[in-house]
Amino acid sequence: MSSLANKVQDVFNEPGCAKNQGKSDKERKKGCTKQLQPGGAAGGCAFDGAKIALQPITDVAHLVHGPIACEGNSWDNRGAKSSGSRLYRTSFTTDINETDVVFGGEKHLFKSIKEILDKYDPPAVFVYQTCVPAMIGDDIGAVCKAATEKFGKPVVPVISPGFVGPKNLGNKLAGEALLDHVIGTGEPEYTTPYDINIIGEYNLAGELWQVKPLLDELGIRILSCISGDAKYHEVASSHRAKAAMMVCSKAMINIARKMEERYDIPFFEGSFYGIGDMSDSLREIARLLIEKGADPELMDRTEAVIEREEARAWERIAPYKERLTGKKVLLITGGVKSWSVVAALQEAGMELVGTSVKKSTKEDKDKIKELMGQDAHMIEDMTPREMFKMLSDAQADIMLSGGRSQFIALKAKMPWLDINQERHHAFAGYEGMVDLVREIDKALSNPIWDQVRKPAPWDDGQESWEARALAEAEAEAAAIAADPVLAEEMRRSTQICNCKTVDTGTIEDAIKADHLTTVKEVTAATNAGGGCTGCHERIAGILSALAATKAEAREADHG
Amino acid sequence: MAEVRNSKKACTVNALKMSQPIGGALAFMGLNGAMPLLHGSQGCTSFGLVLFVRHFREAIPMQTTAMSEVATVLGGLENVEQAIVNIAKRAKPEVIGICSTGVTETKGDDVDGYIKLIRDKHPELDDIAIVYVSTPDFKDAFQDGWARTVTRIVDELVETAAPEAPRTQKRINVLPGCHLTPGDLYEIRDIVESFGLEPVFLPDLSGSVDGRIPDEFTPTTLGGISVKEVATLGTSAWTIAVGEQMRAAAEALEKKAGVPFTLYDRLTGLAPNDDLIALLARLSGRPVPEKWRRQRSQLVDAMLDGHFFFGNKRIAIGASPDLLWSVSSFLTEMGCNIEAAVTTTHGPLLGQIETDEVLIGDLEDLEERAEGCDLLITHSHGRQAAERLGIPFFRMGLPMFDRLGAAHQTTVGYRGTRDLVFEIGNIFIANAHEPDTETWRQTAEVSDDTGSAFAAH
Repeated sequence: MSSLANKVQDVFNEPGCAKNQGKSDKERKKGCTKQLQPGGAAGGCAFDGAKIALQPITDVAHLVHGPIACEGNSWDNRGAKSSGSRLYRTSFTTDINETDVVFGGEKHLFKSIKEILDKYDPPAVFVYQTCVPAMIGDDIGAVCKAATEKFGKPVVPVISPGFVGPKNLGNKLAGEALLDHVIGTGEPEYTTPYDINIIGEYNLAGELWQVKPLLDELGIRILSCISGDAKYHEVASSHRAKAAMMVCSKAMINIARKMEERYDIPFFEGSFYGIGDMSDSLREIARLLIEKGADPELMDRTEAVIEREEARAWERIAPYKERLTGKKVLLITGGVKSWSVVAALQEAGMELVGTSVKKSTKEDKDKIKELMGQDAHMIEDMTPREMFKMLSDAQADIMLSGGRSQFIALKAKMPWLDINQERHHAFAGYEGMVDLVREIDKALSNPIWDQVRKPAPWDDGQESWEARALAEAEAEAAAIAADPVLAEEMRRSTQICNCKTVDTGTIEDAIKADHLTTVKEVTAATNAGGGCTGCHERIAGILSALAATKAEAREADHG
Repeated sequence: MAEVRNSKKACTVNALKMSQPIGGALAFMGLNGAMPLLHGSQGCTSFGLVLFVRHFREAIPMQTTAMSEVATVLGGLENVEQAIVNIAKRAKPEVIGICSTGVTETKGDDVDGYIKLIRDKHPELDDIAIVYVSTPDFKDAFQDGWARTVTRIVDELVETAAPEAPRTQKRINVLPGCHLTPGDLYEIRDIVESFGLEPVFLPDLSGSVDGRIPDEFTPTTLGGISVKEVATLGTSAWTIAVGEQMRAAAEALEKKAGVPFTLYDRLTGLAPNDDLIALLARLSGRPVPEKWRRQRSQLVDAMLDGHFFFGNKRIAIGASPDLLWSVSSFLTEMGCNIEAAVTTTHGPLLGQIETDEVLIGDLEDLEERAEGCDLLITHSHGRQAAERLGIPFFRMGLPMFDRLGAAHQTTVGYRGTRDLVFEIGNIFIANAHEPDTETWRQTAEVSDDTGSAFAAH
């Protein structure tokens, strides 16, 4: 377990992560193991994260060592697509029982590996550690090593039991398993100056295939995608790539950075979501390859492709303009990591509500990012009633969000589109943006909305939960307005930091008591802002508001 | 008569089974204003949550004690306490149903003890019922978790009635197994009510996850039987339990409050429904309503029309014990041969299934045995196997994540059975092999099935 503790420490020390750089030493030690609140959370665990990150490797047998819950309750639930082997969709688990818990499950695991190799003959087996075997002390590293030696096939331990932390930690631990046991153990048949790795792309709904044709056209070869539609051998020989793109989520930054360190493969962070971001990513890929020795004419060809594809995409979005102009979109997401989606929506004539941003200049983009990032985080804590109020206040025509808010939107009879990772539609590249606009149009123009919104003929409409929710919200607002003490209490109990559950009052009291002046100090004193850091802006707001009142008071004193 | 065997494999491939705690959590979801809480690491809850969301296509209330590595080793008192306090504050539930998991059972957390300590420390929680059930992941399966939880609910929440206390003659308790859908419960409710009786279901998923636009939103379950109603189950006139898994709960209720019970091992098929209708007629003292006479007659007609297509068909089924019993018995009665039967956990009826072997195993076992069958029946995870085998596939059980209306698949009662005859019969008709000039030349020794002859018309 101590080596696991070191690993966890190590991935938290990630120098490539800007968020991490902003933390104090003490905070960094705690890492991103945002300790979830018992009774107030339902995210995935580290094992879930590790499995999500690696399962898209299609020809590997993914064996889960644990009780039936870990695999039996969850298998075949992700939409990563494969162009070849289907083995990754076959589920393998040791399904350990009481006897294993008492006597240890190592032999059971070893036998399972043998059975898989005998029956399915995969190029490798990935063995996932889970909580119970970790507790009883099953040394899966040793079992994998013994199995590798005995059977002559790579058997890779992925040590990321659920209780060590949340999903994103599991993503990173999965990356470590690849770095330790897979990457650099194979050699490609041949190399070209145009070989790249794409890191952190899972080919959900086949999104990689929306991008690949353009790379093919440019003569750029995806030596390995980690891990979407990947084969074991590709990942094993990925260290021969000339450059890498890390798809814009921090999930696998450790792979990108360590491959740069070990194999001199430069990388950039990019995104395939949104027309602008897609073009930027193509340019960056070309630039890095040229830097590493590819023919500079690659850039001219890339620019030509970008110009052609952008024109084609805008042209295909244009026909929707007539129907979509003036439609209001409520975009709430922490999932799709690119915000240039906004540009495509605006190009199609739609308005974004929930933010005051009109254009997509660089600063505006950052602002949208920040605003929506915060909202996305807050919405997880919202009650359905609050969410409905927000929908009706925003007067939106459609909501784009992650799966969590699906049923609220639908029960409020509100068109809704999934843009998070569970989505069934591919929205990557130029093609994907056109599809997104098409899907929005399809959702909005569906004839059901008028029908389902009509109350039953015997109902006066006041009976609906929507009407009651709004009435209750109004009554509450009135009660608060009439009672200054209650209003102050409500104001003070507004949650500022969702990760650490810290409210306004706690932060204000700490600032006043300890004369705090920076966000850093507030975080040190109250823990607020010590998680995802999304609330730093809000904490800064409280600081400046208090400073202002203090200044006023001082002036009054002096005056 | 079947031999019940355990799979000898070390590695489970394509699991049929799901774990106990989420079976328990689903049972708690049949209570009104409930918040199921899994005592384990957060993944334990999130996997179950995602599974139910995909199956029911509804928001699902379910919480976690979010055990970290350190908390797991030191014990989870603090986490259980925080979780209960937080849930009470945020969700204002009537009842919190706690299920343990593999993690906390390996450590050996004394949750009953924790609850006593928490009760002492937090008198503000007195209005909230808390029921704890031990459901280690590494033992038994989903159906056992459901059954244990219902028994625990009876033990904890039903009030002991004085032996002489008057019984509500009209009220009938119904204890449905986890293989019944909300649609099944609606059907049973209709049947019982038609005799002027008042059914109360424990658990009542038809109130909470039947897929509707609810009147209001709460972070807890949106319906189901209330804790108050559960308390009075002891004063009902009779209990109807559906599924062998519910025997323990029915017995607990009888022992605690003296309510006699009748257990139906299934309600799919003609004979069991005749028994049910006869019982209700006797309990109510009323004649059998015309509606059921009519529907019975429709079912008999459907069986007559359908038997041509069912006869000698080879069926492979993978399901939890009570669903397997129900479906295989019905199909056997329709003339099918059960070629392969795979299940998740032990059950007293498995040996009586009309097949050679019932295997406690996985979908790989089922796939091996299903080769050459005319139909594969299991939950949605069988889709890959059916595709590989190239045989028709009928989804039954949970999870059913790649079809709409899982909550409303109705297979109980005369009407439910009749519709099942149609649905499965139509699959046989649609997949009947058209003969060609070579059909009989090659396979002289294999007898033709009647289905193809009829399909040709």
